[in-house]
Amino acid sequence: MSAVRALGLSAATAAMSVVAGCRGQQSVMDPAGPQASRIEWLFWVVFWIALSAFVLVMLAFGRAAMRSGASKDEPPLPIIKEPPGDRAATVVVGLAVALTVIGLFSILALSAVTGAAAAGPTSKNPVTIQITGHQWWWEVTYPNTQPDQIVITANEIHIPVGKPIVILTKSEDVIHSFWPPNVNGKRDLLPGNQTAYWMQVDKPGIYRGQCAEFCGYQHAHMGFRIVAESEADFSKWQQAQIKPAKDPSDAETIRGRAVFMSRACVMCHTIRGTDAGSRVGPDLTHVGSRQMIAAETLPNTRGALAGWILDPQGIKPGNRMSPNPMPPDDLNALITYLQSLQ
Amino acid sequence: MAVIEPIAAPPESVADQLERTWREPGGFWGWFSCVHHTTIGIRFMVTAFIFFLLGGVLAALIRIQLARPENGFLGPDKYNQIFTVHGSTMIFLFAVPMLFQGFGTYLVPLIVGARNIAFPRLAAFSYYIYVGGCLLLWIGFLLNIGADTGWFSYVTLSGPDFSPGKRVDFWAQMITFTELSALGTAVCLFTTIIKHRAPGMTLNRMPLIIWEKLTISAMIIFAMPAVMLSSTMLLMDRLVGTHFFNPAEGGDVLLYQHLFWFFGHPDVYIIFLPGAAMMSTIVPVFSRRHIFGYTPIVVATVATGFISFGVWVHHMFATGLPQLGELFFEAATLMIVIPTALQFFCWVATMWNGRVQFKLPMLWVFGFFFNFLIGGLTGPMLASVPVDLQVHDSFFVVAHFHYVLIGGSVFAMFAGIYFWFPKIVGRMANEALAKAHFWLFFVGFNLTFFTMHILGLRGMPRRIYTYPPEMKWGSLNMLASSGVVLMTAGILVFMANVFWSKRNGRIAGNNPWGAGSLEWGTTSPPPPYNFLYLPTVNGREALWEADPNQPVVTGLRVDVRETLVTNSLDSEPDYKEEDPAPSIWPFLAAVAVSILFVGSIFTQWAVVWFAPLVIITLIGWIWPKGRAPMRRRAEERWSQ
Repeated sequence: MSAVRALGLSAATAAMSVVAGCRGQQSVMDPAGPQASRIEWLFWVVFWIALSAFVLVMLAFGRAAMRSGASKDEPPLPIIKEPPGDRAATVVVGLAVALTVIGLFSILALSAVTGAAAAGPTSKNPVTIQITGHQWWWEVTYPNTQPDQIVITANEIHIPVGKPIVILTKSEDVIHSFWPPNVNGKRDLLPGNQTAYWMQVDKPGIYRGQCAEFCGYQHAHMGFRIVAESEADFSKWQQAQIKPAKDPSDAETIRGRAVFMSRACVMCHTIRGTDAGSRVGPDLTHVGSRQMIAAETLPNTRGALAGWILDPQGIKPGNRMSPNPMPPDDLNALITYLQSLQ
Repeated sequence: MAVIEPIAAPPESVADQLERTWREPGGFWGWFSCVHHTTIGIRFMVTAFIFFLLGGVLAALIRIQLARPENGFLGPDKYNQIFTVHGSTMIFLFAVPMLFQGFGTYLVPLIVGARNIAFPRLAAFSYYIYVGGCLLLWIGFLLNIGADTGWFSYVTLSGPDFSPGKRVDFWAQMITFTELSALGTAVCLFTTIIKHRAPGMTLNRMPLIIWEKLTISAMIIFAMPAVMLSSTMLLMDRLVGTHFFNPAEGGDVLLYQHLFWFFGHPDVYIIFLPGAAMMSTIVPVFSRRHIFGYTPIVVATVATGFISFGVWVHHMFATGLPQLGELFFEAATLMIVIPTALQFFCWVATMWNGRVQFKLPMLWVFGFFFNFLIGGLTGPMLASVPVDLQVHDSFFVVAHFHYVLIGGSVFAMFAGIYFWFPKIVGRMANEALAKAHFWLFFVGFNLTFFTMHILGLRGMPRRIYTYPPEMKWGSLNMLASSGVVLMTAGILVFMANVFWSKRNGRIAGNNPWGAGSLEWGTTSPPPPYNFLYLPTVNGREALWEADPNQPVVTGLRVDVRETLVTNSLDSEPDYKEEDPAPSIWPFLAAVAVSILFVGSIFTQWAVVWFAPLVIITLIGWIWPKGRAPMRRRAEERWSQ
């Protein structure tokens, strides 16, 4: 009986979850831009075609199974040599196949139209963003013809609402896949092969995405977020990001920078405006301004930063960052410094 | 039957002589020398079922880990090994070996009315080499150095730079083993079907399951080389520094995907078509009539085989290929729905105009219809390029392919097992237990996999070992995991049923279902020579259309393993041929080939060192001396 109760309970949970809906900040069913809404619409069209086909075939199966009323407990009945009604059945099967073909053609045509609308270039003057996949984080670059106007950040993609964005994708190591479900479908990040992908967000907000192509140990912890904001907020953010890191002003941050420069940190990370210039890990020039760290694994708080710096292998086993044991004072100073990098 | 009177020294009956000629050798070494297709077929089925259970255990571990957010049950390393070995086991060590090789090797010679499979030693070799692949994958896994890059092991993750060690090599070489095995069986079955059909079984009278095996054999012969090539190129990249897939040296990561899926998608149909053929076999028997639309179903089967080679790119829509090219593959993918839909309509029409007796196997036919239809209808969503870009590589696609593979082939497999159980074992399966098995498995399966559709739409990617609680995927995942309990209970009931019914089931008799194909015309289980006299055939359902005095084939020697070869189209007797006798050499050859394959993971020189070993065993295999003594012995026996 307990199995039945568990079943009932599970069914109730499922019903609740479905009612709560497929909405959310990482959901196909809660589109925030034209591409995702078109795809959602197409999904429901195909869904209703599929559901009607399912219902019709299962009804026919049920009717066919019960029609003759022959008992299953009897020994096998004699063979019907020439079943009556096969001529009519030929016509019905023919019609059913024709209906199938029509359904499939509709799906094909609608997909072609939707696909062209969702994937084609939507503007001559888009915001261009280069996304480079790394195990297990996203390098985000806003290219510019003037080198000092380039913005480099990680895991957090700021975009202006209502403007077409072109994302250029490539990978430095293995194949990853860029997937912001509320915004658009996936695009693989291939080593040795750059591709372009369009998107647009119309509602300001934060949209989460994560890597969709299995990429090794920490595939589960390779998230990113899209921060869609007004044009003014976006330019403000961009201007702040272009600047090199602020020089430390008080004793604590000066000490923090010294800790950074004297320990393993400097071997892998860049802080523009200092001697740290390695490109192995994410660019930390404005790390303090980001909402999350370690590719959407932890919130950007003092406690999380401390845990991450001391024991990254405990939080995200297998990732490329080594543990950094250090005295509490050094750690405190380092965190203060990192958080000052706004 | 004439009454046999116990007079002194009765002349040896034909049955006794055939029994002595065809009996499988006994003893320890005899076990490794068997070459009869029923023995090999059962071995394939039992071994594949064991790996189905092992793969199922891994699935349960995956579901335990995902039941709660941030669960610490498995770490990423273990989890990645487990889902890789789960997928590889189910596809390479269970699905094809069970449905094509197991059922095919056991049933095809019986259904076409032959004494044995063509090239029986190759059939035996295929089994041993398959076991070699099983051991390779699982020994690596149990030593905690199992493959961990997913069942399709995309480069560059599986390349030398990002997967050092031997893990991926185990996986890649396992592919070589299992595909070699499938190729061997495909050649055997293709030849059996073309050259060993009973007189009168012309091409247009071949049972549909034979058409399906013929189609699959051809598909395997064309598809398997592609994956053996891609896995061998991967091994060479890893072992000897070729750069087929290394973009830094001008290699191409997409080339691997093209080669893999050129095999991979036909393979889906290699797994599904046996299920469809079982429907085409079982539905008419329990509708008490011939199948409706024999010719359209044959055309649909062969067309599926052809079209399945033109759809592989739908696994790669997200790689950013040109839109027009993607549209072509979308059209091909949608097109393959047509033959499958046609078969569904024909099965329903068969039932509609027949008199359906809803006996045990029909319950599983219902399960197949219900579940495969769901999987089949999410297919067009994945075929549609824009929708695919959203649901690809998410839990939606996990749900889709489990509905297709479990719905389309595991439910069909159980339908087939309950249908042919009386033939293979000689007793009927227990009906109450079988019903419990069905409902536990059916409800559990839907609970587990239907929820995954919703998880996928809510943004859960596949192959993640954990997820944060904020994603709110927890309750649906818990629900999905709870279904595993029911499925496991169902499988346990099934196993209890098999063991119980094997001893205590009702005696089945030759033809408990009143079926029409030839395997039901011999005893249950069949004798080692299959038929006392090879049958002849008047129509598509041989037994239903047999005359009261249906002629049989006479003139085959009973003192040696003589078989009849008929011509390809009209199945007219062509000539008699002596079937190879039991031999240990196929086993030794499989061992030698296995040593070479495994050695070549570690050094390329293994190919050179062990090639002579393989050649020696092959010479032993084809050495003609095996035949003459066999005949001499038989003749001596004759003269006594």
